[in-house]
Amino acid sequence: MGPTGKFVETLADARLQSAIYTATGRLIEGRKKTVAPGVLPDYQELRTQANAIKRHTMENLDHYLLELETNVQRHGGKVVWCNDGGDVADFILRLAKERRAHLVVKSKSMTSEEIDLNERLAKHELEAVETDLGEYILQLAHQKPYHIVAPALHLTRYDVSDVFSERLEIPPETEIDKQTGIARNVLREKFLAADIGISGANFLVAGSGAIVLVTNEGNGRLTTTMPKIHLAVAGIEKVIPREQDLAVFLKLLGRSATGQPLTVYTTMVSGPRRQAEIDGPDEFYLLLLDAGRTKLLADAEKRQSLYCIRCGACLNHCPVYRKIGGHNYPWVYSGPIGQIITPQYHGVTKDPWLPFASSLCGACAEVCPVKIEIPKILLQLRTEVNRAKQQESGTRLERLGFQLWAWVMKHPRLFELGGVIGSTVLSNGDGKEYIRRLPGWMNFGPLKGWISQRDLPAPAAKSFRQLWRERRENNGA
Amino acid sequence: MQRDDILQRVRTAIGRSAGQPAAEVPQARLRIPEMTSDERIELLLDNVRKLAGKTARVKSKQQAAEYAASLLAGRQAVASNAPFLAECGVTQLAGVVTGIENREQLREVTERADVGITAADYALADTGSLVMLSSHAEARMISLLPMVHLAILPAERILTGLDELYTLVPDAMERTSSMVLITGPSRTADIEQILVRGVHGPGEIHVVVVE
Repeated sequence: MGPTGKFVETLADARLQSAIYTATGRLIEGRKKTVAPGVLPDYQELRTQANAIKRHTMENLDHYLLELETNVQRHGGKVVWCNDGGDVADFILRLAKERRAHLVVKSKSMTSEEIDLNERLAKHELEAVETDLGEYILQLAHQKPYHIVAPALHLTRYDVSDVFSERLEIPPETEIDKQTGIARNVLREKFLAADIGISGANFLVAGSGAIVLVTNEGNGRLTTTMPKIHLAVAGIEKVIPREQDLAVFLKLLGRSATGQPLTVYTTMVSGPRRQAEIDGPDEFYLLLLDAGRTKLLADAEKRQSLYCIRCGACLNHCPVYRKIGGHNYPWVYSGPIGQIITPQYHGVTKDPWLPFASSLCGACAEVCPVKIEIPKILLQLRTEVNRAKQQESGTRLERLGFQLWAWVMKHPRLFELGGVIGSTVLSNGDGKEYIRRLPGWMNFGPLKGWISQRDLPAPAAKSFRQLWRERRENNGA
Repeated sequence: MQRDDILQRVRTAIGRSAGQPAAEVPQARLRIPEMTSDERIELLLDNVRKLAGKTARVKSKQQAAEYAASLLAGRQAVASNAPFLAECGVTQLAGVVTGIENREQLREVTERADVGITAADYALADTGSLVMLSSHAEARMISLLPMVHLAILPAERILTGLDELYTLVPDAMERTSSMVLITGPSRTADIEQILVRGVHGPGEIHVVVVE
């Protein structure tokens, strides 16, 4: 099956193209300024450390999960192990029923997007309100995040005005700070009324039982402070060994994501409020999610895909993402990281084109704060896709084609003859620099598709071999 | 049941057996630069200003209270139970409610207050951050709900950065259920990447260092 996205529409939409290009460009500039050698001299050393810590944690993951569980419990929290999104939703729905909870506020969590948590809760009439500004707009517009870090990157203030006036039944408002004020007021009411707060987690610290949230707006703090119950949903790969490791990861995450040495709020939470504390939730639950992660863990070479700290730098720097945007990828994780994890979660045959939608330029690996070798994994996935394809009969023609090609390549005379024939057929004799269409009898199937998007340089008057022979003759060799 | 299934799958995936000790942990290297007290104060305040925060460096607690009084100018404020604020005389200022012990009352007062006044357990000079540990002295809501946050702290609580914090306080989570690093006013750039301050938390932050 080929790609199903609306690529042509995205490429033809000049406004959208400019929005993607500008937003990712700003994020690129921000990162560059904060990781420059003059500003952060040990940046490369930090990346190496981050990679080593993640590798160590994954290789000893059962140990750290148990240590995490012990420490969460020690601080009065509960750990809920979930095989999949169904387990997560079941637990939340059961708890909400027991506690007579009706309203949930959520801070931004890609993990909850991944398991369609809001939809699952809505099915049972439990309202979950997104409180990150971008996520809130998307929830009102019934859309999926466009980018891991900047979810509403594709929308303009005019789109937001339309969404707000339609869904909140208010007069149109196109000024961005006023729009933000509207969201603040609407969501503040939700925070004050909510029974349950659901957050994700950027890190889980085994040694202290703390979850760490890295945010800018303050909705993460409100979600974990105002409601009487706090639930954190996190994948098992989010664990790191000790508090001190945060000194490595926090220095990398904000810089790689938005070019901030630290984001506005870095919140660490371990368990419900303690005895003498005045505020904070009475109950704390950590929902640890597998949902395919152990499948990735089992592949020693591609296991590093689980090191990802979701900074989005690989998206910003990817020439493919910057053209096709976030909604043309098949899952909530877009860009290079989405291209390597989606096939591993869903199987390589579901979207076999995905690992091929890359120029392998390597920018993603260059900027990855935890040094995931994305291009290498893309190549491995391509091999897996091809191996899977070979088992299907449809590729016999392709194999025959390549056998023929190999045979010609091994016979220089035949190769030259092919070149002569090819250039005769293609040269239209009008002396133009580029060929924009093929002769009618060749203009079909993949060749037609290929030439419809590209111009082929016209064949040179003389081939390299011809020139070489003439040169040797002229030199009297 | 899920617990054992997941742990079993993890162990199978990485080839470990139950109870097997973990390999040695790679050490995160923490480096603390040498900085004088004066350099720490200046770097902290400079970074807070770069984040659009307002700052003051004062010589006495009295002056800190004066700063607070002029910022309040008749507005309603809630102050945390931090002893340092009482020592400064900030809690006695007109319009300041303090000494709240109860969550519901705190919620009502902070929701209406224009300004939240706190101390800070630490500050990080190289990022311009306040470090707040939730406790009886420092409730979470005061630095979160009002539109303006004023933090007043003694100069000796300023650390160079994250590395010093984690060297000095490697076990903060033993002391509190919540530690937050606050780096500038609440902000978003979710619409057209245009920066807007005060989206959910305070849109205005003031940091006063008392020498």
